[in-house]
Amino acid sequence: MSEMNYMEAIRDGLRVAMKADERVYIFGEDLGPYGGVFGVTKGLFEEFGGPPRVRNTPLSEGAIIGEAIGAALAGLRPVPEIQFSDFITCAMTPLIDVMGTYRYRFGTNIPVTIRMPSGGGMSIGPFHSKSLEAWFVHSPGFKVVMPSTPRDAKGLLLAAIEDPDPVLYLEHKRLYNRVHGEVEDGYFTVPLGEGLVKREGKDLTVVTYGDMVYTVLEAATQLEGEGYDIEVIDLRTIWPYDEALVNASIAKTNRVIVVHEAAKIGGFGGEIVARINEQCFASLAAPPLRVAAKHTPPPSHPVLERIFLPQVEDVVAAARKLLTEY
Amino acid sequence: MEGRAIMREKGDVMSPWSLQVPEKKISQHDACAMYTLLLRTRLFEDEIYYICANQTPQHPFIVGKGYLSTGQEAISVGCAYALAPDDWFAQSHRDMAAHFHRGLTFVEALYQYRCTTSSPTHGRDGNVHFAKEGTHMVGFTSHMGQNVAVALGLAWAQRYRKTDRVALATFGEGAAQQGIIHESMNYAATFQLPMIFVINNNRWAISVPVQEQTSIEDLAIRGAAYHIPATVVDGNDTVAVYRAATAAVALARAGRGPSLIECKTMRVMGHGTHDPATYVPADEKTAWRARDPVVLLKRVLCERGWWSDERDTALRAEIRAELDTAVDVAGNDPPPDPRMAVQDVFSTPVPVE
Repeated sequence: MSEMNYMEAIRDGLRVAMKADERVYIFGEDLGPYGGVFGVTKGLFEEFGGPPRVRNTPLSEGAIIGEAIGAALAGLRPVPEIQFSDFITCAMTPLIDVMGTYRYRFGTNIPVTIRMPSGGGMSIGPFHSKSLEAWFVHSPGFKVVMPSTPRDAKGLLLAAIEDPDPVLYLEHKRLYNRVHGEVEDGYFTVPLGEGLVKREGKDLTVVTYGDMVYTVLEAATQLEGEGYDIEVIDLRTIWPYDEALVNASIAKTNRVIVVHEAAKIGGFGGEIVARINEQCFASLAAPPLRVAAKHTPPPSHPVLERIFLPQVEDVVAAARKLLTEY
Repeated sequence: MEGRAIMREKGDVMSPWSLQVPEKKISQHDACAMYTLLLRTRLFEDEIYYICANQTPQHPFIVGKGYLSTGQEAISVGCAYALAPDDWFAQSHRDMAAHFHRGLTFVEALYQYRCTTSSPTHGRDGNVHFAKEGTHMVGFTSHMGQNVAVALGLAWAQRYRKTDRVALATFGEGAAQQGIIHESMNYAATFQLPMIFVINNNRWAISVPVQEQTSIEDLAIRGAAYHIPATVVDGNDTVAVYRAATAAVALARAGRGPSLIECKTMRVMGHGTHDPATYVPADEKTAWRARDPVVLLKRVLCERGWWSDERDTALRAEIRAELDTAVDVAGNDPPPDPRMAVQDVFSTPVPVE
């Protein structure tokens, strides 16, 4: 075990994957000697001798995703980086219509893991802060993960890279240097599709993922002071998500809130809540609630972004409502 | 109208970045094999046209429409012949010949058009959208030009593994106006990828004529902007396409990066079998029909004493018989199992509802 932060865990995952399998290579904008705009790949260019294992690209997201599809068809395990998940819009056709549909149409696996720094809370505005997971889940063909801890960051990355299907690996950029933890050395995986109970409780279930895990845990601590016992589930894999874990928790608590930092309107929380209603209606003592972002572009100034993103007090208020009004 | 007046034959549009195409002798065997493939493709697609024109909505034989390469087969034939079987061919929607060259049978092609249970896509996609397993073809996606970006990765994988295999991508002049093509050309040149860009310039993007698509006469001139050797060839001349593609493949194999070949042709049919293309001036169609690639190649073969009307009649009868059998066999293939609708999006079980 080693103590590392979230960014170091991703870097270690890339290193371990490339050492374990010569088919694995990484490429993207600024990802070479510079080490990526956040420093995630720092040192890997030198360690692996640059191309073909570690390669810069032009600002050509469509070509990057196209390359990934072709390289996978030819037997490699490409791990491209899209510098900010926001920029994937430049590559939506090869991503959604070629990569996402290829296996269904033509029967060939496309083992690609796309790393996309996602999420907000860093005052970097409309095009560097988005959470786009609902788009990706809505488009058939992608497994979507968002780790919240260093251990999950490394374990999910290795699971994604060994998976035969396209995996969109949404790493939360605000967590890079902010969270530290013990991580297994060498090769290990956190299986795709498995959620984790971060905190056990009997009064209310909160389902969340990514940076919001920390917001929700803080809210749970605050609610504990008011005598409420909150269960917190970190989905870790957004699609396919751990429905059994969520449903079992609701059977125990009878109340649920879904929290994410993507927009509430059209967000993935709506799908989770709908499925809970379909499957757990008899267990519910109160309507499932969502706490999520406003339906606006992410604003830059922290005063505005604070309104945009769910805050601890928003989660606390929603929990109180569920726990006192029903 | 004289063919030459329509076809601006100039191999040297952008010196010093022109692709040098050596005068290469074609063997009788190769020439006759290319003619056979040309004719097989023509007769197959004539059959698709016939079926589409005669089937009723109540009892359709094929699902959807036919997207034919009729009159443009020389491009796919010449490119396919310039490649080794394990080179990658990233197809456009007018490349049935390349599929046949790589082992697709008439029956399989008809299964695909019928979307029946034995089709390469199990009925999930139709007509020219397929890739028979193991043939190193890339299945087609309707968003024009996307396979060119896919070919970048196929070519990069050869560099990665230090092989001398190459990737060839075909696309129309319509697709050439997509941003992805510019990204891909720049990218391929930057990384000196073993790749061949082949533009099938058939002058029409459905109803939009080429002069309304771009202000340049020769799309090949774009190669100069990306430092890619390029040339223009007569896309109806199978041997010319084959020679240019062979030269481009040789460069790529030698580690000298990508090339661009613009094949000038004409879409003498509609975009699909549903499209009578009444917007195309009649004299333009007539002029290009006179330059039919099947007729042109047959003439060359006959002039060299490699072919005769008797052999031609015999070959046509042979292909016709094979087609008749294929239509009978494919006609008996059942519709796909409804369960196929919800399978195979992923390798592992993931909910579909």
